[in-house]
Amino acid sequence: MTAVIATNETILVVGGGISGMTAALEAAETGKQVVLVEQRPYLGGRVTQLYKYFPKLCFPTCGLEINQRRTKQNPNLTILTLAEVTGLTGSAGAYTATITLAPRYVNERCTACGDCATAVEAEFADEYNYGLSKRKGAYLPYRMAHPARYVLDPAIIGTADAEKAKAACKYDAIDLEMREETLELRCGAVIWATGWQPYDAAKIQPYGYDRFPNVITSVEFERLADVNGPTGGKIVRPSDGKEAKKIAFIQCAGSRDRNHLLHCSRICCMASLKQATYVLDAFAEQAEVNVYYIDLRSIDRFEDFYNKVRANQNIKFIKSKPSSIVADKDGNPIVHGVDTEGYNRYAEPHDLVVLAVGMEPAVKKDAFPISVQINREGFIEAAPENGGIFAAGCAADALDVNRSAQHATGAALRAIQVINRVARAEV
Amino acid sequence: MGDISKNYRLNFLKEVEANVEEGEWVKMCMQCGVCSGSCPLGKFWDHPPQEIFMMIRAGKRDAVLTSNAMWMCTSCYNCIVRCPRELPITHIMHGLAHYAQRLGLAPAHQPTAKFAQLFWNNLMKKGRVNELKLGVKLYFMNGIGEGFKTSLKMKDIGLGMMKTKRMNPMEAIGGHALEDVKGFHAVMQKAQELEDQRLANQRP
Repeated sequence: MTAVIATNETILVVGGGISGMTAALEAAETGKQVVLVEQRPYLGGRVTQLYKYFPKLCFPTCGLEINQRRTKQNPNLTILTLAEVTGLTGSAGAYTATITLAPRYVNERCTACGDCATAVEAEFADEYNYGLSKRKGAYLPYRMAHPARYVLDPAIIGTADAEKAKAACKYDAIDLEMREETLELRCGAVIWATGWQPYDAAKIQPYGYDRFPNVITSVEFERLADVNGPTGGKIVRPSDGKEAKKIAFIQCAGSRDRNHLLHCSRICCMASLKQATYVLDAFAEQAEVNVYYIDLRSIDRFEDFYNKVRANQNIKFIKSKPSSIVADKDGNPIVHGVDTEGYNRYAEPHDLVVLAVGMEPAVKKDAFPISVQINREGFIEAAPENGGIFAAGCAADALDVNRSAQHATGAALRAIQVINRVARAEV
Repeated sequence: MGDISKNYRLNFLKEVEANVEEGEWVKMCMQCGVCSGSCPLGKFWDHPPQEIFMMIRAGKRDAVLTSNAMWMCTSCYNCIVRCPRELPITHIMHGLAHYAQRLGLAPAHQPTAKFAQLFWNNLMKKGRVNELKLGVKLYFMNGIGEGFKTSLKMKDIGLGMMKTKRMNPMEAIGGHALEDVKGFHAVMQKAQELEDQRLANQRP
């Protein structure tokens, strides 16, 4: 049975992505008691699935490693993975949260040796790679997962694979008797950091994401470019494994569109410019990148990055929101549209099309366990009615990693203020 | 050098907003181009919708109102469905065409305009569309020679329609009508009066 000690002076952080981790650490490092709840089996969220950051093109592993070390060193922080907040009642200074813990079937004795993964046979779509590869039924979610502990897929429980995994484990770390648990804990303030999810590209019907294998999303492309990704960092197209040298990036795929997402997702312009550098790096002179855009929003210091990428001869910017994509007999996606600078009709074949999909809030408007103010885009508003609940990062708005971390730090400060009020009242 | 600020006076945009059905939406266009690319007849237009909207804002009054562009719209609604800002593009196109016609600026011998007028005249007679007469008028729209040629070409279809009772030859004499044709004409006359009044009271 999982035991968590929490009081009205505890801060509950919902979501262990970059925002939740930041908020939890900032609060815990001031001496506050923090419980961090994460739905996935590991911390880091979508940042773990990025290959490089913009604009410096450095690797997210670096910052994640620093945050992981901070969590290990901090005695004020309790981390619950595979956990979901299913209920929340009360008001600022006195909340009660109901948390449901899914069984991992692997206890803390796990050394991440990998013998269980070798022993099992069944394979599943790897969610870490957005289904672009397979993983075993016993698996480490990704290579620097924290906690560094394997997970059994619930689908293998009750099959021969589960017994094989148990038999292969030299450390008695596999516990097939684990069951879902529910626990209740008290807290004074809640930081809501449930983040974002990529907009469902299949809903943008004319682009044929659900019909053409060589039309993929920006988050999938990020996995393709990653040396630890499904292709070992080779930029190849899904239909036939051919090198994708001529790539179209289509901006505002879902964003700024009243048929889809009302808001500008803010990250996609920079993300596509960054991803263009992956193509230019991989194929040098043979690379051909076309960026189709309504307008490019690389603000402040990001403009330097835009100018640097733009200077490359092998990248073209076409001011046009494409109207449709069709595939030719060889599976090459052909992008159709009319450009705004000259009103020229084009039908441009590519090896691969990357849809720069928008960000939508991961938690739907009606799915919050307690009443909070939600704006028309679906994000949490900073409102006095929210009491002791503060949104951090992409639960509050479409933000990049840098701004998410800043926003999360602000949310931590708000939560700390509530806890300090509670502490003064209790003295 | 002249007064450069003249170029930035949105006189024509304001005129469109005041006079064209759904014209107040024109300023909402963000020039993404989805409408133009989505138009199945787009390549036959002088100017795709996106360009028309920009020309309105740029004050190109004559070029817009004498253009054949908005007459090419077939109301397929692809543009409306896809427009990220939900502009009622199809309706604006018809609104522009109607406004150009009212001002007498529509291109001469524009077939869509001609047909629209034939349809209207046909409908106004009896309050019902007489398809036989409308069809014959359409065939002979461009002269007797072409009319006979088209009629011969279509004769099998015509006979087939008669056989399956989809077309009644008796419609050629008189034809079916509303019960109260007089009342219908009175309604239309009143509507015309109201419209004329509205136009007379409008700011220039």
